[in-house]
Amino acid sequence: MYQFSGKLKILSLALIIIGALGIGFSFFSAPKTVEESKEMIAAQISHGDSHDSEHAATTANSHDTHHDEKHDEHIFHQMQNKPWAALYVSLFFFLGISLLVLAFYASQRVAQSAWSVVLFRVMEAITANIVPTSIIMLLVILSASVFHWNHLFPWMADGIFDPTSKNYDPIIDAKSWWMNISGWTIRGIVYLILWNTYRWFIRKNSITEDTANDNYKTYKKNFHASVIFLVIFMITESLMSWDWIMGLDPHWFSTLFGWYVLSSLLVSALTVIAIVTIYLRSKGALSSVNDSHIHDLAKFMFGFSVFWTYLWFSQFMLIWYADIPEETTYFVARFNEYKLPFLSMVVINFVFPILLLINSDFKSIPWFVVLGGIVILAGHYVDFYVMIMPATVGAQWSFGIAEISALLFFLGIFIFTVFSAFAKVSPIPKGNPFLMESEQFHYFNIEHRGEESADHH
Amino acid sequence: MSSLKVIHAFYNDDEILLDAVKTVKAAHHHIDEVFCPFPVHGLDKAMGLAPTRIAITAFMYGITGLSVAIWMTNYMMIQDWPQDIGGKPSFSWFENMPAFVPIMFELTVFFAAHLMVITFYMRSKIWPFRKAENPDPRTTDDHFLMEIPVHNNEEELTALLVKTGAVEINVVEKH
Repeated sequence: MYQFSGKLKILSLALIIIGALGIGFSFFSAPKTVEESKEMIAAQISHGDSHDSEHAATTANSHDTHHDEKHDEHIFHQMQNKPWAALYVSLFFFLGISLLVLAFYASQRVAQSAWSVVLFRVMEAITANIVPTSIIMLLVILSASVFHWNHLFPWMADGIFDPTSKNYDPIIDAKSWWMNISGWTIRGIVYLILWNTYRWFIRKNSITEDTANDNYKTYKKNFHASVIFLVIFMITESLMSWDWIMGLDPHWFSTLFGWYVLSSLLVSALTVIAIVTIYLRSKGALSSVNDSHIHDLAKFMFGFSVFWTYLWFSQFMLIWYADIPEETTYFVARFNEYKLPFLSMVVINFVFPILLLINSDFKSIPWFVVLGGIVILAGHYVDFYVMIMPATVGAQWSFGIAEISALLFFLGIFIFTVFSAFAKVSPIPKGNPFLMESEQFHYFNIEHRGEESADHH
Repeated sequence: MSSLKVIHAFYNDDEILLDAVKTVKAAHHHIDEVFCPFPVHGLDKAMGLAPTRIAITAFMYGITGLSVAIWMTNYMMIQDWPQDIGGKPSFSWFENMPAFVPIMFELTVFFAAHLMVITFYMRSKIWPFRKAENPDPRTTDDHFLMEIPVHNNEEELTALLVKTGAVEINVVEKH
């Protein structure tokens, strides 16, 4: 049995506390009034920051009268959004990764795949992170829609759906059958409940499976539950990505956005499984995991990196080729104000995994996979950053205390929940009928350097 | 040239064959060839064959395909007959590049796949009208055949092969 060491526990708690303090500071230091935000911008410009003035020029054209005043208020809202957006990027990233690990786990059960059985407990442990991130997500949902503490979603502003208001937006109003505050809140809560219910059920029953000895009745029950969950997941994942990310740019839409978010989260989820597995194996907690299992995880990391690029490019090329103004706004905003993170992210998430993981032998070298994995995770964090930031903070983006604190905070929660969940039960799912096949899993074309399972040749 | 004497040892299971190959290699005998009805994982390693270089050729063929695609799109769409499609810039390859990515991708795959298959056929000496080389038709059905050259050690080899679980052992003259 694995012991959640005191050192790791202290590290995770320290990360949570440091992160929480940093998040608190970023909220505290956000401007409270329009005047304050103007002073902050003035201070920034005197430091020689030029990208803001470009932004002023572009927005000024759209407002004929009082444009200075309106512009100042706009900047003020963006700066107020900043700590929220920083929190939101990390929250979505960690919640999404845990969710996709859960979905991948369900897919392994549905496929009745054998190779991954020795990794089941690792995946189950990672899904434990869904619970705290869902609770925080619930609070963020409520604070956006019910309490109006933040303005992440521009369509939730006053008067958007009111034809007599000067804020009236006919494009959003036409979507009000879907894009309305009560529906959005209820849907968000429903997604979270559905995911957490399956997670709770499958974790409980997977442990029951170990000692059930009931002629695989429990095993079959878990299979059926996973089939149902996968269907629910595919629907809720698409809806979730429209509601929680695409809704940040309410005028814009992309029909493959759900897939795009899915691919980004999926490659991150497999990377996280690989890193956690390699860590636990190095601690001696996963005696039946051999290099072939690591090799398979790395193959998935490689494959889904390419899949992500495919979707990224598909979305880009169709919009580029059609050149319809209402669609291109999305990329114009990113090319104007986010050029460096936006383009470097594509290189990091595509070229880097290709070069690093294309060699079959490299895919089973643990430190190589961990190194590649950290770069992939960083790249996909930036991916979500450029999905969320342009619509919420515009030109006011930076990577500072707010963003780093949020990352550390959720990383701390991740470490704490995942490793305490892993320490709770036996690391080997004894009741699974494919356990032996998984332990003997052996891919012949690679050198096996690390710990070996019983090799029948 | 004098004819060469070889032993043909037959097996009817890939696992037994693999263990037999290891035993024969451990006893320092040279194995000429193993004929199988299907690919046996790990056999090349057990026989001590050098790792395949087809992956390297695949990479080079892919690069060739990519280059051909770049040359072709540039010649057709920019140089020879610039076409205005949807108002896209038609006088610069680079500015039009996103439109050519699918072509670049497809030709990379096309070249890598086809040339790899042809390379494999050439290396395996399989070309049109060539006569099959396998010594016994049963190796295309359900038997595995291990071919070992004999150097005045017929008895010793036969005894060893019987121990490894061969179902049939023939000594034949190879011309």
